Amino acid sequence: MENNKSDNMNKVMWVAFQTIVLREIRRFLRIWVQTLIPPAITMALYFVIFGSLIGSRIGDMGGFSYMQFVVPGLIMMSVITNSYSNVVSSFFSAKFQRNVEEMLVSPVSNFVILSGFVIGGVARGLAVGAMVTLLSLFFTHLQVSHVFIMCSIVFLTAVLFALAGFINAVYAQSFDDIAIIPTFVLTPLTYLGGVFYSISLLPEFWQLASKLNPILYMVNAFRYGVLGVSDINVAYAFGMIIIFIIFAFAFALHLLGSGKGLRT
Amino acid sequence: MDALNIHQLQKTYNNKFHALKGVDLTVAQGDFFGLLGPNGAGKSTLIGILCSLVVKTSGKVEIFGVDIDQDFSKAKQMIGVVPQEFNFSQFEKVIDIVVTQAGFYGIPRPLAMQRAEKYLTKLGLWEKRSQAARMLSGGMKRRLMIARALVHEPQLLILDEPTAGVDIELRRSLWDFLREINKQGTTIILTTHYLEEAESLCKNLAIIDQGQIIKNTSTKELLTQLNQETFVFDLQDALTQAPDLGIYRVTHCDGKTLEIEIDRGVNLNGVFKALEEKNIKVLSMRNKVNRLEELFVHLLNDNKVDNVKALNEKAVVHGK
Repeated sequence: MENNKSDNMNKVMWVAFQTIVLREIRRFLRIWVQTLIPPAITMALYFVIFGSLIGSRIGDMGGFSYMQFVVPGLIMMSVITNSYSNVVSSFFSAKFQRNVEEMLVSPVSNFVILSGFVIGGVARGLAVGAMVTLLSLFFTHLQVSHVFIMCSIVFLTAVLFALAGFINAVYAQSFDDIAIIPTFVLTPLTYLGGVFYSISLLPEFWQLASKLNPILYMVNAFRYGVLGVSDINVAYAFGMIIIFIIFAFAFALHLLGSGKGLRT
Repeated sequence: MDALNIHQLQKTYNNKFHALKGVDLTVAQGDFFGLLGPNGAGKSTLIGILCSLVVKTSGKVEIFGVDIDQDFSKAKQMIGVVPQEFNFSQFEKVIDIVVTQAGFYGIPRPLAMQRAEKYLTKLGLWEKRSQAARMLSGGMKRRLMIARALVHEPQLLILDEPTAGVDIELRRSLWDFLREINKQGTTIILTTHYLEEAESLCKNLAIIDQGQIIKNTSTKELLTQLNQETFVFDLQDALTQAPDLGIYRVTHCDGKTLEIEIDRGVNLNGVFKALEEKNIKVLSMRNKVNRLEELFVHLLNDNKVDNVKALNEKAVVHGK
């Protein structure tokens, strides 16, 4: 009896999870002009300007052409930005339009709500990442050194930033609040996270300072997966991302449970 | 089994506002129950607690015997909610809103599509299924929220002012629809400001004021307590002041209109006789307000007086 009840509730949660993920995917596909095209255009410009025009004068970096060196970083940058912004804008809009109440009044658990939004964000991050990767093939040749590392690091990074976007959306009270973190935190950390250069070029102090930036680890681990070179130990990167994910997931779940900004 | 059982429900918001002060309420299975009260009385707080958008401070709530503190997920499966304000994504298609809501209740997509067709058709929205919700009129948006609340076929449907801002024709068609749903076995709890609506639909009523239930009885029983009605008389010739009609209390509204309060059981012929004696010619006569509305106002006024009395008594005690 108790088992049947639990099975039934598991079925409800599974259907609810699929529903949230599908709705999230449908949302970013419906507004593809805002969600998919701009990052593709921006990255194409990066490839043209930094890769082809300026890159050809920079020469090799880490044993690869500058174009090959920046491509993994730019893919990662688009994954980070898009998985974050998908969840922050979707969840905040749901709060703003109050349609988040559709989920809150239903039997869906907080775990399922959070997982659904996160996977929705990961889907957009990976979709844009795949588009950017395809675009990069017009500019350079890419070989993949470690497929598992490449795939797992990009997935975990997307999960982490989708969670961060969710936490931002829970605290946000206005549309300004969902722009502050991406503009003043995410973008500077990404630009200083070894996307465009190897930290071995920096003076020792700045190398140490750079190592405090978590995005450096993600970009370099991904670059290791693609090119086989990295400024940092890839195992550190995995460990750090997994620890961040556990903390971010637990915190986001706590926020949902406490009803922060959702329940009175 | 009761559809809803509330015992000593209290809610104090963070700003110390005491919205519910120990509410006890029972709604029988199959009932069409009206929850009435002025703005700020606690109706929406009470409904918010039932659907988990408001966290109660204390007290016990059972939905079809399921304690919300024990198994809120199970309790939520039995409730459908139509909130006061539009709370769907304005950019989603009508059909997607309804099918998605079914998904939150674990209803697989093919069945959700069938149910969406059933309820959107019943509520006259099937033709609009592919339109974005923002393109719908106000009345259609209200109906969309009802279809969405019904898609998982709840045993208890809670409607928070479902006909606010809806024209009379649509309001009446919604009433028919709700009566049909209720006849099929769904328990309905309705809050409304239109007392005509409550009188017409609800079998039982509770009146809430300042966070307390001040009346909880059947609609019939409540209406028998009405001991006075006010009639409006339109006159042929203008008067300069209210005439003295003996036992009848007369108010002079404007030259050609009088309001006369008549106690329950008093023969109306007497009024006409008194008017005839004063040579006042009546062109037409009507009830001033809906009967329930009149009673509602009296009850709220009585409650206010009681509260003032209680405060004064408290002040005297403290003064001692």
